Amino acid sequence: MDLSIILDNLDIYLQGLKNTAILVSLSLVIGLLLAVPLAILRTTGNWFVQAPVRAFVYFFRGTPLLVQMFLVYYGFGQFELIKSSILWPLFREAYFCALFTFTLNTCAYTTEIIRGAIKATPVGEIEAALAAGMSKMKMYRRVILPSAFRRALPAYSNEIIFMLHGSSLASVITIIDITGAARIVNSRYYSPYEAFLTAALFYLGLTFCIVFLVKRLENRWFAHLQPQVQEKTQRKPV
Amino acid sequence: MVSLRVSTPHPVRTMLNLQGYGPSILEGTILSLEVSIASLGIAMLLGIIGALSKLSNSKPLRLVAQLYTTIIRGIPDLVLMLLVFFGGQVFINQIGPLVGYDEYIDINPFIAGVSTIGFIFGAYMTETFRGAILAVSKGQLEAGSAYGMSNFLVFRRITLPQMIRHALPAFGNNWLVLIKTTALVSIIGLDDMVRKAGLAAGATRKPFTFYLVVAINYLIITTVSIYLLKYLEKRYSVGVREASD
Repeated sequence: MDLSIILDNLDIYLQGLKNTAILVSLSLVIGLLLAVPLAILRTTGNWFVQAPVRAFVYFFRGTPLLVQMFLVYYGFGQFELIKSSILWPLFREAYFCALFTFTLNTCAYTTEIIRGAIKATPVGEIEAALAAGMSKMKMYRRVILPSAFRRALPAYSNEIIFMLHGSSLASVITIIDITGAARIVNSRYYSPYEAFLTAALFYLGLTFCIVFLVKRLENRWFAHLQPQVQEKTQRKPV
Repeated sequence: MVSLRVSTPHPVRTMLNLQGYGPSILEGTILSLEVSIASLGIAMLLGIIGALSKLSNSKPLRLVAQLYTTIIRGIPDLVLMLLVFFGGQVFINQIGPLVGYDEYIDINPFIAGVSTIGFIFGAYMTETFRGAILAVSKGQLEAGSAYGMSNFLVFRRITLPQMIRHALPAFGNNWLVLIKTTALVSIIGLDDMVRKAGLAAGATRKPFTFYLVVAINYLIITTVSIYLLKYLEKRYSVGVREASD
C-alpha cells in the first residue's frame, strides 16, 4: 500500500465525490417527485391509465441499470428523430444520459415502493376521511400520503443506498464519479488496491451517512411509536 | 416510362433486424446464465456459513460475519468487482514468484466475476438465511436434540426443510437482483450478452436495437424466474394453512 498515491490524487476523488453526490441526489429528488403521481395513478386509475405505468415499472425493474444506461447513451443516437431534435445536445452528454437513466430507474422502484405503502393504508383511515367530508385531493394530501410516506421510509432508504451504489456505473460512460476517479488512479499508477479501496471507503462513508440520517428521520416520523419511557416513570401508583 | 419504385423497408423491421448477430447474442445469454447460476451457488454457500456464524455462540465468528455483511452491503458491486479483477491480478502475480511460479498469470474474468458476485450476494443471503433460521420454531429444535440428534442432524432434518419456506421470498428477490448484476461482468471483459450486444452494435451501428434485445432477454429471464419462484413458494408452503385468502 502506498498512501502517497491516494493523497496526491485526493482532488480527483473529491471531484468524483461531488459528481456522485450531484448525480445521486438530483436523480433521487426528481425520481421521487415523478414517482408520487405515478404511484397514485397505479393505485386508483382504471386499467388504461395503469397499463403504461405498469409497463414502465416492469421494464425498469426487470432490466439491469447498465443496459438501460447503454440504451440511452449509445442507443438514442440511432434515431434520426432524436438526433435532429433540440434534445440532442442534451442526450449527447454522458452526464445528462446518466442522470436521465438514474432518474427513470429510481422513479420506477420508488413508484413500486409508494404504491405498496398506499395500498397498505388502513381502510378505517380512508373511511374516516370520507366521513369527515374530505375531497379526494384533500384525503390524499392529509391522510393517505403522509402515512404512506411513513410506511415507505424503510424501503425507500434501501432504494437510496441502491441508487448510490448504482451510480458507480456512471464511470462506465466516462463520467468521473468516485469509481471513475478510482479507475483513473488505477490506470495511471497500476495500483488497484489503493485506487479501489479508497473508492470503497468513500462509498462506505456515504452509506453510513445515509443510514444515520434515515435513522434520525425515522426517529422523528415514528416518534409516536416510540415507547414513552418518561411518561411511565412520572406516573405514580394510585 | 416505367416508374421507379424504391422500396423503403419497414422502419420497425429494419430496427429489429439483427443482421446475423442473433446467435452471438444467444451465446452471450447462455454465458450470463452460467455466471448467474455459478455465483448463486457461491452466494448460497457463503450465505449459509454466514447465517450460521451470525447465530453461533462464538463471538469472533459473529463479529466476522457482521463485518462481512456490513462492509459488502456498503460498497457498490462495480467497485468490488474492479477491486477483485485488478487487485486479484496484482495479488496473484505477487504471490506467484513466492511459490516458485515465474510466469505472468492472467486472472480469468469468469472466475473474477463469479467470485465477486457470489461474495457480494453471500452477504445478502446471510441476512436472508439468518431470518429464515430464526423463523423456525425453537421447540422443534429442542425436540430434535431431545431425541438425541446431533446438531448437524437437527439442522438437516428440522431447520433446513422449514427455513426454505421462510427464505424463499427474500431469496427470490436476491436472485432477481443477482441476474441483473451479472451485466457488470461485461465491464471486466467477459463475453456476456451485454458485451456481445456492444460488439454487434459497434459493427452494425445499431446500438439501440441490440441493447433492446438484451433488455428483453433480461425481462424474459426475470419473468420466468418470478413464475418459477411462485411455484416453489407454493410447493414449500403445502403444509401451511392460512386464514381465508
